[in-house]
Amino acid sequence: MSLLLLIGGGRIANASETHQAEGEPFNAKELVLGHLSDSYEWHIMTTAKGKEIAIPLPIIVRSSTGWHCFTLRKLHEAGEYEGLYVATEGKYAGKIVEDLDGGQHRPLDLSLTKTACGILISSLILIVMFLFTARWYRRHDKYDYHPKGLAGILEWLINSLVENIIKPCVGENYLKFAPYLLTAFFFIFISNLLGLVPFFPGGANVTGNIAVTLVLAVATFLAVNLCGTKEYYKEIFWPEVPIFLKAFPLMPLIEFIGLFTKPFALMIRLFANIMAGHSIILSLSCIIFATAHLGAAMSGSMTFVAVLFMIFMNCLELLVAFLQAYVFTMLSSVFIGLAQVKGHHKQTENTNN
Amino acid sequence: MGLLTPEVGLLFWMTVAFAVVFAVLAKVAFPIILGAMNERKAYIDSSLDEARKANSSLEGLKAQGMEIVSNAEHERVAILKDAAEQRDRIIGQAETDAQNRGAEIIDAARRQAEVEREAILAEARNEVALLALGIAEKVMRRELDSQSSRDALSEAMFDELK
Repeated sequence: MSLLLLIGGGRIANASETHQAEGEPFNAKELVLGHLSDSYEWHIMTTAKGKEIAIPLPIIVRSSTGWHCFTLRKLHEAGEYEGLYVATEGKYAGKIVEDLDGGQHRPLDLSLTKTACGILISSLILIVMFLFTARWYRRHDKYDYHPKGLAGILEWLINSLVENIIKPCVGENYLKFAPYLLTAFFFIFISNLLGLVPFFPGGANVTGNIAVTLVLAVATFLAVNLCGTKEYYKEIFWPEVPIFLKAFPLMPLIEFIGLFTKPFALMIRLFANIMAGHSIILSLSCIIFATAHLGAAMSGSMTFVAVLFMIFMNCLELLVAFLQAYVFTMLSSVFIGLAQVKGHHKQTENTNN
Repeated sequence: MGLLTPEVGLLFWMTVAFAVVFAVLAKVAFPIILGAMNERKAYIDSSLDEARKANSSLEGLKAQGMEIVSNAEHERVAILKDAAEQRDRIIGQAETDAQNRGAEIIDAARRQAEVEREAILAEARNEVALLALGIAEKVMRRELDSQSSRDALSEAMFDELK
């Protein structure tokens, strides 16, 4: 853990050296936001001479002149590429823009950015991991002992998720929804863990990006509402409440808004938790460099305190990485379970009779 | 605000990647894994049931065995007791038999001894009588050696015959 921190710290140290070499004051806010937001290359490190080492990622853009694919290095060499350049300030700061009608215009940008690469890496790990596990199960029958190694860990995790969350929350129909819920859990979990690793192939802020959590929330929304039962929709649009609450559609309105607030809360919760964790760790590492000019004693003691806090925060983030995946899966299961109501009214009528 | 606005490109990549991952895992991986896990769980449960049943039947067998052993113990005690009784009885019988027989033998021996004593006595009497006769004969012969004595005898015999 501390080794990871040292490497992570080293990355920022290099960044701050370049800042100071250029005569700029150390800007913690810019650094933290820079690390949290997406970029068109995967920055590995900056050498002592100020040379940047980064993995170039393909920029795929559809501008007014058609589709383009190039890298950031090419763009920097030429200053611009077919009228496209990276905005330095304004609404689109740090993004590819083109000048159209006198104003900056954002083209359709399907670039394989750092976060997109992080998504693909997580997906790849997920697929390999589970195909490996599925292969183990295909080669063994029920008379064999339980799997060991990766398949064993996954079996333990899957089993506890299915038995403790999915089965109780979703109900009897759980096998239909288990693949989605498990995929979501492991995608979030793997991405969270990779996000804590400060160097390639980790370090991409995947689950702390709102686009990622938005897609996950939409997926849950679809799973909830496309598979909802008749009773579920009846409870939303014609609930069993006094007629004046339905005639002026107060209750249906509230229920209908509730449809969207639930996944919205899912999206914001995951995004905010992971982003906050990342920014706290980054800010703590910034303390080291912000206090560097205050003298040996001061900066030494602050570095010690900051490293202690970073170790603590990394442990906490490890917990949060699991917890947020768990919470997302649990709430998704609960929402799906709520949409699976069946014969609820008939039962109450029977008991009333 | 830049962090709070979702990027179109990322939405695209995330949708594609997540859809592909979900499709692959839901098609190839999870049904197999969950199915196998459920199957094994059911197998383990049924095995546990069987083991429990076997255990209880084993318990029954054990109890049965214990019963057999205790029965055998009882039987052994009974047999031993019986044997002891029989032994005592046989010994008692043998003793009385022996006593009777001994008494009989002693009786017979006594009777025989009596007979033999009688016989010995008779023989002895005979012997004594013969001896006496012989002695008498010798005495007579010596007495009757002389004529006068012979006459005296015949006279005496005559007197007796009268």
